Amino acid sequence: MTTTAVKERTAPKQAPGAAPRKRRSGRLRRVSLPYLLLLPALLLELLVHLVPMVIGIVVSFKELTQFYIRDWGTAPWAGLDNYRISVDFDAPVGEALLKSFFTTCLFTVLSVGLCWLLGAAAAIYLQESFRGRGLLRAIFLVPYALPVYAAVITWAFMFQRDNGLVNHVIHDQLGLTDSPPFWLIGDNSFFTLLVVSVWKGWPFAFLIIMAGLQNIPREMYEAAALDGAGVWQQIRRITMPSLRPVNQVLVLVLFLWTFNDFNTPFVLFGRAAPEAADLISLHIYQSSFQTWNFGTGSAMSVLLLLFLLLVTGVYLVLTSRGRKADA
Amino acid sequence: MAAPQSFLWSRRIFLTLLTVFVLLPVYVMVSSSLKPLQDVSGKFQWLPTDLTVRPYFDIWETVPLADYFINSLIVAGAATVCSVTIAVFAAYAVSRYNFRGKRVFTVTVLSTQMFPGILFLLPLFLIYVNIGNATGIALFGSRGGLILTYLTFSLPFSIWMLIGYFDSVPKDLDEAAKVDGCGPLGALFRVVVPAAIPGIVAVAVYAFMTAWGEVLFASVMTNDTTRTLAVGLQGYSTQNDVYWNQIMAASLVVSLPVVAGFLLLQRYLVTGLTAGAVK
Repeated sequence: MTTTAVKERTAPKQAPGAAPRKRRSGRLRRVSLPYLLLLPALLLELLVHLVPMVIGIVVSFKELTQFYIRDWGTAPWAGLDNYRISVDFDAPVGEALLKSFFTTCLFTVLSVGLCWLLGAAAAIYLQESFRGRGLLRAIFLVPYALPVYAAVITWAFMFQRDNGLVNHVIHDQLGLTDSPPFWLIGDNSFFTLLVVSVWKGWPFAFLIIMAGLQNIPREMYEAAALDGAGVWQQIRRITMPSLRPVNQVLVLVLFLWTFNDFNTPFVLFGRAAPEAADLISLHIYQSSFQTWNFGTGSAMSVLLLLFLLLVTGVYLVLTSRGRKADA
Repeated sequence: MAAPQSFLWSRRIFLTLLTVFVLLPVYVMVSSSLKPLQDVSGKFQWLPTDLTVRPYFDIWETVPLADYFINSLIVAGAATVCSVTIAVFAAYAVSRYNFRGKRVFTVTVLSTQMFPGILFLLPLFLIYVNIGNATGIALFGSRGGLILTYLTFSLPFSIWMLIGYFDSVPKDLDEAAKVDGCGPLGALFRVVVPAAIPGIVAVAVYAFMTAWGEVLFASVMTNDTTRTLAVGLQGYSTQNDVYWNQIMAASLVVSLPVVAGFLLLQRYLVTGLTAGAVK
């Protein structure tokens, strides 16, 4: 709209003879300019995303073991073998993958749910201004700002069996257990991972919900108060419905991050997570780099991606339908 | 409007518990970093009995922490500068121009964020090995390779956030600049970039934080000389001893730069997330 105005203003200044050529090259420049601006980004996206993805898909159809890594192009084709191995749930590889998948699903649902709950509660409690609000806001963002390895390694220290804070409190001080339990191996490790993951993840939910709360007009609360609605009713009737679009994006992002999380279990448990807390990313890493079976690892990655695409697609369709129904 | 007692009490209780939960590891980090080794090896003590700052000196000796620090600084710094610069151009194009393929581009950028890092690990590993074999350029294990790798996370995010920021700068401003004789790039650098500085800073901080905290690629794609802090911190566990006091001291030292930067700039980050995510 404004561009045409500029064109009209500059056009009469040009000499009559030179005008057509100049205009053509000008138009060419105008058309190609966005692409020129995008070029570096496009090249990099191509290099760091698209090419690796294509290679990943190709490799998933190859029998790529340690013998072929130096020259992976020569690895023999495996057809669908890698996929067959991955989804053969009666054999060890497939069985372990399926178990890891279910562990990850349960873990993700719990972690995302708790992150959302804590984030929403904190954001709503901090919505009204009171003394110390700014300080609390800064404190609550600390887990988000700390580098994963520094924070998670501290949790690993706290969950040590003999010299950790957790066992000191529940065994030595409160006497809740007969002997100090293990937290980083065995069945408890699922719970340990959940605590750490929620600690690390909830501030993001807090940040986003806080941003969403800023967009709710104050008048809505005032009107509701005039009608006699109490704080709790206002939260239920105004805050929650207004947050719906924010929540939909937030839950999706939290889901993807949690489902794909590698760093937390890796720093907490090392290269091999205990079975109870064997998240899928670490499981694929383990299958690929410990056994050097890249073909199967790639097939697992592709299956994981397909699953994520499916979930995201279904989720987007469902939430957009909900939105349409509202309107 | 006065909130009822039930609300105020629930708020007090909830916020207190949450603060304890959030700060507990921070307390453990700080207090344990001031204890001698035998005190962190035995039963946990809430308060240090022998207060010492020795761990803060020992951390540089036990492992070459300074080298790791420099590696992390170079890698995270370069990844940040590259991704923000490239993202500025790309976001400007998306925010200001209509062109064929714009939707495809933005959707692709958005969707790459959902891909698991593990998906790129194997192929990038293979590509780097291959490039190394073919050209002799050692990307695998080098800082350059790691920088390139880190662009996988920071670039899509930077583009995505900056589009939001640039959209919030009124178009009339750069149109006016063009009328005054600025080219498109002049308008970008003289008008749009200065107006979006808070956003650019926030994106840069975020990109830096991601690279500073990344573990997966750093653990696979570095060698003895290019190791970053994420991997280097593992060096405090030896076969005989785990130097928990030094691990805690080192964790604190490597956290300080990013936490300080983050807390200083969190206001901008919140605005950025509103513009980018909430819309």
